[in-house]
Amino acid sequence: MVPLWMYLVVAAALFSTGLFGVLSRRNAIAILMSIELMLNAVNINLVAFWRYNTPLDLSGQAFAAFVFVVAAAEVSVGLALIIGIYRKRQSVIAEDVNMLKW
Amino acid sequence: MELTAESIVFLIMSAITLGGGLLVVSARNLFHAGLYLMVALLGVAGLFVLLAAPFLAGVQVVVYIGAIAILIILAIMLTPSVTQLPAIFNRQWVLNLALAAFLFVLLVSVVSPIMGDLGVDDWGADFTEENPADVPADSIVKLGEDLVDPDKYMLPFEVASVLLMAALIGAVLLVSPGKTKTDEGDED
Repeated sequence: MVPLWMYLVVAAALFSTGLFGVLSRRNAIAILMSIELMLNAVNINLVAFWRYNTPLDLSGQAFAAFVFVVAAAEVSVGLALIIGIYRKRQSVIAEDVNMLKW
Repeated sequence: MELTAESIVFLIMSAITLGGGLLVVSARNLFHAGLYLMVALLGVAGLFVLLAAPFLAGVQVVVYIGAIAILIILAIMLTPSVTQLPAIFNRQWVLNLALAAFLFVLLVSVVSPIMGDLGVDDWGADFTEENPADVPADSIVKLGEDLVDPDKYMLPFEVASVLLMAALIGAVLLVSPGKTKTDEGDED
């Protein structure tokens, strides 16, 4: 079988890619998509550790299921906020939303 | 690792996932980025199948691809950019790329046996397990039982449901247009 560390490396690569997207993309929706990549990397890690370390105890899968729920909730609220911002200023460039900056 | 069918499928699914992820963060057209996100999520679902978690793979496809990614694409279509072809990366993208690469190197040095192979002792954990125990055939049944077992995950299950309900109500409230001027004085 595939050794565990290969799944972890794939998850680490996905996480780093999402991290780069969150930090570097200007569009707020692109930032949200990169956050989803990071959450999926975490899920891969959780399920891989569940499979290889404790396949009899379903805690790993339950944890991953809760990550699904939290991601769904966060995406819906985030997109609602982005649409509200777009209505106000006709743009979703994250750098332009700077009224609270010092 | 030996070249079994599972290894080949693992490599294919990993390539789909990582390729989709790279295209998401670098696509100029935002709609294409949304579609590449769907590709990446499909790759993750394939990895879940390889990891003997078919229920999570199904949930991934139905919830992530079928709801979350669709919602993202809907939002992309509702917020078109009025300026033509803005830059897609901000000014610090080189620093961010270095940071992400550094984090990746750090994580790989900890989880993979590469530091041990290079002769460094006591660096990172040992995740070279290659033959895990078999998953019992009724693991999905056990997952369902655990999620409603008061001694296990019933409370987080209910709290997650409340969280999702609150988030969705909040999202609907945030995008509702609110009272218009002609409605004042009619009803609260």
